[in-house]
This record gives sequence, structure tokens and C-alpha cells, in this order.
Amino acid sequence: MKLSTEAAPHFRTNNTTRKIMIDVLISLIPVVIASTWIFGFRALFIMLFSMVFAETLDFSIVRFVRKQKDHIPDFSASVTGLLLGMNLSLAVNWWQIMLGVVVAIILAKQVFGGLGQNFFNPALVGRAFMVISFPTAMTTWYVPFYYQNPDIVTSASPLGIISEEGMNTVLQNYTYWDMFIGRIPGSIGEVSALALIIGFIYLVIKGRIKLMIPVSYIGTVLIFSSVFYMVDPTKFGTPLFHLLAGGLILGALFMATDMVTSPMTKIGQLVFGMGAGILTMIIRFFGSYPEGVSFSILIMNAFVPLIDDWLKPKIYGTTKGEIKHA
Amino acid sequence: MPILTFKGGVHPPQKKHFTKDKPFEKLPLPDFVYLFTTNHLGAPAKPLVKEGDQVKTGQLVAEATSTISANIHSSVTGEVIGIESFINASTGRKDNAIVIKRTSEDIWEYIEHDENFKKFSKEELINIVKKAGIVGLGGAMFPSHVKLNIPANKKVEYLIINGAECEPYITVDDMIMKTYTEEIIKGIKIIEYIVNPEKIYVGIEENKPEAIKAMKNSLKNENIEVAILKTKYPQGAEKQLIKAITKREVPSGGLPIDAGALVFNISTTYAIYDAVINGKPLVERGITLSGGVKKPGNYWFRIGTKVSDLLNQVGLVEEEKIDRIIYGGPMMGLPLPSIDLPTFKGNNAITVLTKEEIPQKHEYPCIRCASCVKACPMGLQPYYLKKLADARKNDIAQENGIMDCIECGACSYICPSNIELVKTFKTTKKVIKAIQKRRV
Repeated sequence: MKLSTEAAPHFRTNNTTRKIMIDVLISLIPVVIASTWIFGFRALFIMLFSMVFAETLDFSIVRFVRKQKDHIPDFSASVTGLLLGMNLSLAVNWWQIMLGVVVAIILAKQVFGGLGQNFFNPALVGRAFMVISFPTAMTTWYVPFYYQNPDIVTSASPLGIISEEGMNTVLQNYTYWDMFIGRIPGSIGEVSALALIIGFIYLVIKGRIKLMIPVSYIGTVLIFSSVFYMVDPTKFGTPLFHLLAGGLILGALFMATDMVTSPMTKIGQLVFGMGAGILTMIIRFFGSYPEGVSFSILIMNAFVPLIDDWLKPKIYGTTKGEIKHA
Repeated sequence: MPILTFKGGVHPPQKKHFTKDKPFEKLPLPDFVYLFTTNHLGAPAKPLVKEGDQVKTGQLVAEATSTISANIHSSVTGEVIGIESFINASTGRKDNAIVIKRTSEDIWEYIEHDENFKKFSKEELINIVKKAGIVGLGGAMFPSHVKLNIPANKKVEYLIINGAECEPYITVDDMIMKTYTEEIIKGIKIIEYIVNPEKIYVGIEENKPEAIKAMKNSLKNENIEVAILKTKYPQGAEKQLIKAITKREVPSGGLPIDAGALVFNISTTYAIYDAVINGKPLVERGITLSGGVKKPGNYWFRIGTKVSDLLNQVGLVEEEKIDRIIYGGPMMGLPLPSIDLPTFKGNNAITVLTKEEIPQKHEYPCIRCASCVKACPMGLQPYYLKKLADARKNDIAQENGIMDCIECGACSYICPSNIELVKTFKTTKKVIKAIQKRRV
């Protein structure tokens, strides 16, 4: 009888990294549907093109450059590609997307060693590159349902309006309900809070998410914006406005929670979320660029190794803060 | 009473239904037994017999050699064939075993005993436990008499009897509690008499309602409390059990007694009862034979019986279906390279795992999902320790608590990337210990 002598434990969960990535992709389906409804097939094309190109590029690198012959795609690159597509304006064209994907997959992920080794969220690095390289395309916002009424195609986003003209003008143009379901100009995947929340609930039910990050991130934004709202409501806007306008929900629920680039412990995740929340509001209130979500997450990504080092769990049988020596 | 637990842990499938209602059966006496001189933690015992010697069941055949060591007794009546070396799964080395051929039914040689154990002094009782060669039967095989010898400056505040039994498949302790409730209570009273604790608990996981009921009913008039524990792996690990029941932590690098606690496994408690009251040295114990076998159940077997003899009694499923056979349960069990090896005192189960239960899994890179950090019952960061271990950064790994790892395997179990975490830690710990030895 030939017996296997593999080491314990002999039982393993059925869970796999691939299943986690597939669940994230499933959770983004409501957003894909909502974005297609709001911005038309061009939005669908951008998201799918970015996703397919990212997966193909990632697979090619692992298979042909790293020469891992047994590589089975884990779909992490599809997640990166889809999220990048969701973070783009409708005004970008195909070769700009390709460049963004190349930066995301090669510069932000593969040069660090591939899946799990990168410090920065690849999709956000790709987006940051595109914001800097193609500023006009990346900040040209299409109005919802422009494809039904081609008279007005582009407009400022709510965050653009508030920084130029104040909260009153925003409310003349859009209701909170518009912002909630996504009838506002903005990045393809960020506009519909409703669709994002549906997908997020799926991930929570499946236990696929570091829940502390969205809670602390959004909580911090709400507290911070409430304070400023009390100072000058027309200039700074309401907390609800800051929640629904712009990329906060997409960022807090799907970008900041990226497992690879966020802290390991609950307390670390609390600090991470709070940091991202504070930075987002500083950029929104005082920056020359109306949106702060992606840059604040990228900055907090850089702090993750420090956060993980400072906020280690307490080892059983030691007192907190005790340094163990050999 | 609230359901007690510790922080961390995982929920592997329990698989106890195969055997949890199977009453003990005595297996027929084996024709040969193979008694390792390393049937315990510590120094090997010194053989007292030579080829051709006639021995009785319960006769001392090898004696303890140092402070941490234990006696070994013949588990059958027969003739010593010689001393051969076998792979000992508990040490991973080839160790000597005394081989005895059975020539007749049992002719017992008992050790000193008395129904009224209070007739003995504490020291005498510890000596009986020592003479009987009793070791921790939960699997650790630490000599029990050493544990019972409480240092003068320490005090036992909590005596905890471990009936948690959190490994999948294994049901021996559950069945002992259900079958030998009174004997267990007597065993507890012997230990109580020796160590004089302030409080006594019997810790049992929620998934053993009948054992909880049996123990509770019999303990009505006693100063012993049944602590109901959450069904979670590794609830039966000594440190986690102490934490769940007393809320205290055993200091890093220390012993349970440093937290005022002393823990004995149910099977060990039964063995202490059997030695003190009936005069039987540790030559047989309960075992669960389960998984890919035709007649899964709980059995009494003679220590030193070959695994193949045990499995012949219960019948294996078709050979092609078997992936591995392990000493113990699937979470911490040691895989057998061959079934032609002897059993030892710590064997509480032989589990046959089929290919169906062990799907081939692909290894992915770590995505820092934090599952292992959440699961670690010791508050370690397995993903980080693995990184350090792979980079041979042993000093930093030590600062981050690698030596506190209890090797329960919860991290490897939960990892979605199928990374061999605990396997790496076991190796690294061995390397670190070897380096430390050389430094001295």
C-alpha cells in the first residue's frame, strides 16, 4: 500500500484564493449592470476591455516571463482590471486604457513579485498614472443617459461643482436620491451607491471582506465632514453629500479593502480606514483636485508595513508591548 | 453556565458521527507487541529484559532513566524475542522497541494498589503513578508523575480535566466519560488528593451532550464543575483550555502551573484510576479507529500492537481509495509511512483518510487575507512568521513568537492559498532549538 506522508493538518478548508477573487468579481456584477444602464455600452466596453487585457497580460507574464508552467489563473488580475475600468472616465480611449493596465499589472504588481507582493493597490496605481498622463480625458465627466439625449454630453461632477460653486448649486442639479442610485456624472463604477452596496453585502455574507476598513473609513469621513458642515454648510457640503458624491463608496468598499494592500489586524485596519478618511477629506477640502479617495488609499497603502509592525496582536502568554527576545 | 472559549481557532468538519455511539470493544490480544523504549517524552527507558525472558502482563520491562522518563510494562504474557528498531512516529527517529511474543492468555502482575486510596500518602500515590508508567494520553506523553510533583513554591489553584477532544474523528474520551463516569470521578479524586487544588473543572466541548449529562449527573454532590466549552479547534490544547476556563494565560515559555493550573486528559485520569485502584500499569488504552475502515469504533487495545493488527480487526476500505493513514486525528496526526509500525502510549486514534477527503489543492501566493492571523489561538501572525522562516531570519521569527507556536495547524487549515504554514514552523523550531543547543 502506498501511503502519502504529507504533513498535518490533513484537512484543509475548501476555500481558495481563486474562489475569493471570483466572489469579488461576482460582487461587482451589480455595478457593471448599473454602470451600463447609466452610461451605456461604452462603459461596459471599457470595463470588460480593461478586465480582459489585465488578465491576459498578467497570465502572459507569469507563464512566459516567470515561466511558471503550472500557473492556474487566480483571477486577481481580472479584479484589478475591472476595478481600474470602473475608476475611469468614459472619455478615455482604448490605448489609454491599455497603458493604464500595463502600469497597473507590470509596474504596480509584477515588478514587486506578482500577486500578494505589491505594496500599492494596482488598479489605483494605474488610475493615478492615467490621471497624471491624460488629465483632460480623466476629468471629462459624461452625464448619465447622455446616449438618450445627446444635447449635453459632459458636465462637472458633484465634487467639481461644490469646489467651484458650493453646495447650493449641487442641490439645484441633483437630489440625494440621484446620487444614491447613480444619476450623476462621475467615474464609470463609482456613481451608483446602491449597486456598490448590493455587491458589498454579498461579500460580507460570504465573509470575503475586512469589514473594519469600510466602517472606519466611511465613519471618519462622516465625522470629519460633519465638523466642517457645522462651520460652513454651503462651502463644505453635508456629510451625506460627501458619502454619496465621488468615489468614496467604491473606494471604501472595494479598493481600500484589497487584502494584499491593507493591514492584517482589526486595530490596524481601524487605523488604516481612519487615515484614509482623514486624507480624503483634506484633499477634498483643501486640494486643487476635487476627489481624494484614490490618492488617500495609495498613501495609506504605503503605511501598511508600519501599521502591521506597530499594531501586532498580543501573543498568548505575554503582556502587551513586551518584546520577546531569543 | 456560559459556554467558554478562547480567541482564534477554526471549525474543521467534526466527523465524529462514525464512532460517537460505538461502545468500547476489547480487541483480541495481539500475537506480538513492540514496546518502544521512547514511549514517552524525555529520556528513553532502560530495558530490563533480554531475549528469551518470560514476562507477565503488567511486568516491568524497561525502567525510567532520569527525571523525565517513564516505566514500560509488558502488555501481554509471553516471551521476549529481542530488541529491534522501528520508526517512531512521535520522535521521527528509529528507536528501539522490546519485542514480545505472546504465549498465553493474560497472567497479570499487578502493582501495589488499594480500593481506599487515602490509605497511601501523596508521595506514595505519585510513586504508584510513576511505577505504572503513566504518561499524558492526550498525545503529548509527558510523564504524569512529574506533573503531579508540584514544586514547593507553586500552588494548584485549578485542576482541569481535559475532555474537550476537539480533533475530528476522535471519540475515545467522549466514550470513556459516558462509559466510565464513576471511574473518572474516582481518578479525579485521586489527583485532587495528591495536588489539593482550590477548584476542579471537567472541560467538555458542547458537541458531547451525553458526556456532559453523564458527568453532570454524577458530579451533583461533588466539588467538581463541568465547564461547557465551545466546539472549536484547538479547544483541547492545554493553553487554550486554561484560557477558556480560568481566563488566565500560561506565561510564554512557562508551564501551566505558572498560571496556577494543572491539566490532565480524561484517558490519563482513567489510567491513574486503573493503576491506583486496580493495580494495573499502563498497558492498554482506548483508541478510535475511524475513517476509511469497515468497522469504525472505539476499542481497547494493548500498547505496542502493530497498526496493521489493529486495522485488520476493523477492515480497511479498498486500497486504491486510501490516501494516508495517521496516528491521531487529521489536524495534528502524524502520517504513517507504513502500517507495519507499532502503536505507543499516546495513540488515541488511527484515522484512515481516503482520497475523497483529501482533494488535491493548488498552492497560490499569500494574499494577506488575514485568515491565519484570525485563526491563530496563540495570537501569532503565521503569514509573517512564514516569511521570516523562509528568509532564515530566525532571530526575528523568535522575537515574533515562533517558539510559542503550539503546532495546532489552524493556520494551514484555514489558508485559502494552501500554504504550508505549520509545517515550516515545525522545521524552523527544530533548527532554532538545535542552534540554541550548540550555543550553550
